[in-house]
Amino acid sequence: MDLTFVILVEMLYAVASLVLISAGLAVVFGMMKVINLAHGEFMMMGGYATITAVNLGVNVFVAMLVIAPLVVGLIGLVVERLVIRHLYGRLVDTMLATWGLSLVFIGLATMIFGNTTTGISTPIPGFAVGGYQINGYNFFIIVVSILLVIGIYAVLRGTRAGLIARGTMQRADMAAALGYSPDRIYMATFFCGSALSGLAGAVLAPLVGLVPTSGGAYIAKAFITVIAGGPSLIAGLVSSATSFGVISQIFTFAISPVIGEVALLIAAVVLLRTMPQGITGRFFKGKL
Amino acid sequence: MSLNRRELLGGAAALTTASLLPNVTLAADAIKLGSILDTSGIFDAYGKPMDMATRLAVAEINEAGGLLGRPVEVVAYDTQSDMALYSQYGQQLTRQDRVDVVHGGILSASREAIRQTMRKSKTLYFYNVLYEGGVCDRNIFINGVTPAQQVEALVPYAMGKSGKKVYILAADYNYGQITARWIEKFVNDNGGEVVATDFFPLDVSDFGSTIAKVQTAAPDLVIAPLVGGAHLSFFRQWAAAGMKDRIALASTTLGVGNEHKVLTPEEGNGIMCAYNYSQELDTPENAAFKEKWAAMFNGDQSMHEIAVSQYHGLMTWAEGVRQAGSIERDAVIAALETGISITGPGGKVTVDPNTHHAVLDVHLMEMQDQQMRVVETLPQRQPIDTQAVCDLSANPDDNTQYEIEI
Repeated sequence: MDLTFVILVEMLYAVASLVLISAGLAVVFGMMKVINLAHGEFMMMGGYATITAVNLGVNVFVAMLVIAPLVVGLIGLVVERLVIRHLYGRLVDTMLATWGLSLVFIGLATMIFGNTTTGISTPIPGFAVGGYQINGYNFFIIVVSILLVIGIYAVLRGTRAGLIARGTMQRADMAAALGYSPDRIYMATFFCGSALSGLAGAVLAPLVGLVPTSGGAYIAKAFITVIAGGPSLIAGLVSSATSFGVISQIFTFAISPVIGEVALLIAAVVLLRTMPQGITGRFFKGKL
Repeated sequence: MSLNRRELLGGAAALTTASLLPNVTLAADAIKLGSILDTSGIFDAYGKPMDMATRLAVAEINEAGGLLGRPVEVVAYDTQSDMALYSQYGQQLTRQDRVDVVHGGILSASREAIRQTMRKSKTLYFYNVLYEGGVCDRNIFINGVTPAQQVEALVPYAMGKSGKKVYILAADYNYGQITARWIEKFVNDNGGEVVATDFFPLDVSDFGSTIAKVQTAAPDLVIAPLVGGAHLSFFRQWAAAGMKDRIALASTTLGVGNEHKVLTPEEGNGIMCAYNYSQELDTPENAAFKEKWAAMFNGDQSMHEIAVSQYHGLMTWAEGVRQAGSIERDAVIAALETGISITGPGGKVTVDPNTHHAVLDVHLMEMQDQQMRVVETLPQRQPIDTQAVCDLSANPDDNTQYEIEI
């Protein structure tokens, strides 16, 4: 019984961390069609922003939930103004440019923070469930992910800004004809996407040893989740994160972590073979 | 001043070329020591202190009047954590610079990239890093600890402090696989039982489900030969789940790159390990070494296990040259094969003539407040894993890395 609960929590946690890792990319790639290969590095910078702020004496939750998204969002803003805005609609060129950016960010982080592993300890203690100990921080990540999904949904669905953003992503020319500036809307959307990546990196920072190259560990999973999710932003994100998280955890518990990772990749291949448009290309059609 | 594009490009090219040249200061009859290390890129946490150790050792040798009355000069290449550069710079050291000895290589892959080049060109080669054991080649000398030396000491100690049921969590490449097999052997030899072994690719950083699995198996002890920054997460998540006071933890790798200074005391305290060197070793040699290091590098104290191995390697080579009275390769090998010993910061290090590995002290340690507190010293451990497969005095032409069958 206790074990069932522990496994359930671990599964929820796996799903939540996939949602977290992919949310920023879902906005930047899913909505804006910008292949951001520097997504992992945005997360890495979120982690460093958190650690730096904590070392300067800032409360760890403020550092994770406020400072890191702001810092990375601003970095994203600069990147968008200098590089990305010249490349909208040029898929291959953005790939090359953002890959270059990822190298630049790794280099800069190495220069500033050095190439040694850094980190902070988790702010929430573990607790016992029957005979098992669970990492209390897992619940924090689950809660953050749920709030994040609700937040994105509320903004896109319920606010005028969200409506304008969605409209612009679909038909920039129509939005312009109605008097909105696509340029500025793209800029704001990229800021939000970067901030989400920064938040993900920040929230995951206490669980990992951070090095400037840490971003590489996330990028593949993020792309797999977003692409398998398909055209709908939120429904896609949640459905693909759930399928992959559950599948990989089942195999991790039943066999081993390596097989868990393998199962995730095989699931992705099968999924894209049977549903080339992604999960939401077939189910939940037309949902947000 | 006006600068056209052609001049700019010319200047930039000249600058690039200049910076690519090795930093050689030529003395008329200096002994050339080739150094090949990753002092930039993802492995520089290992390579930078190793490079500093090289500079320190050479400075010391030269202050004492050099070797055979000749100064030693370093020809150093930075391989930038790129395995392809090892072959390139290895060729350059042997063909172009024609160095008398090469010290360096960090990962096993980098060693294997240059070992044959050194052998073919008859350039004496020292590999000074803790590794998985089994290399049998008369041209190479290795003085890092091998799994048997380390695990043989660590397992009985850790089991004595916890219990007989052991769970192994290892990195999924040759080092982790081979070390896990050694752990299993010594657990069985000491009357214990390995309840399970899990392997992790180097980029796995989420250990939540593993920690739950470990609890299901309920071992007395977890031994973790995990490698690199991503795997460091395990120790963090283990502590975050509140497991630290429930199940004992030992590692064969944690601390090699000074990781214990990254973990907080709450995360690190009590983790058991076994190495040849700890900064907290209380010996006159170590005190003097740390002082010299600080004096040479503005108070820096980044020396770690493999930087000290590098220092030991250089000192062993220097002693070999002195005893041979020659810099010629065969004479130096013959002198080293008499079983030369030096005493360095990690204790006495003796060349094992049959394997060209090292007989050295292994110190059992426990992490305490971001330090590696030495609990017990096991003097002069033999590299029994490599000795079981390699005998260079009977078979001097051997040129293999053996995979040890247990």
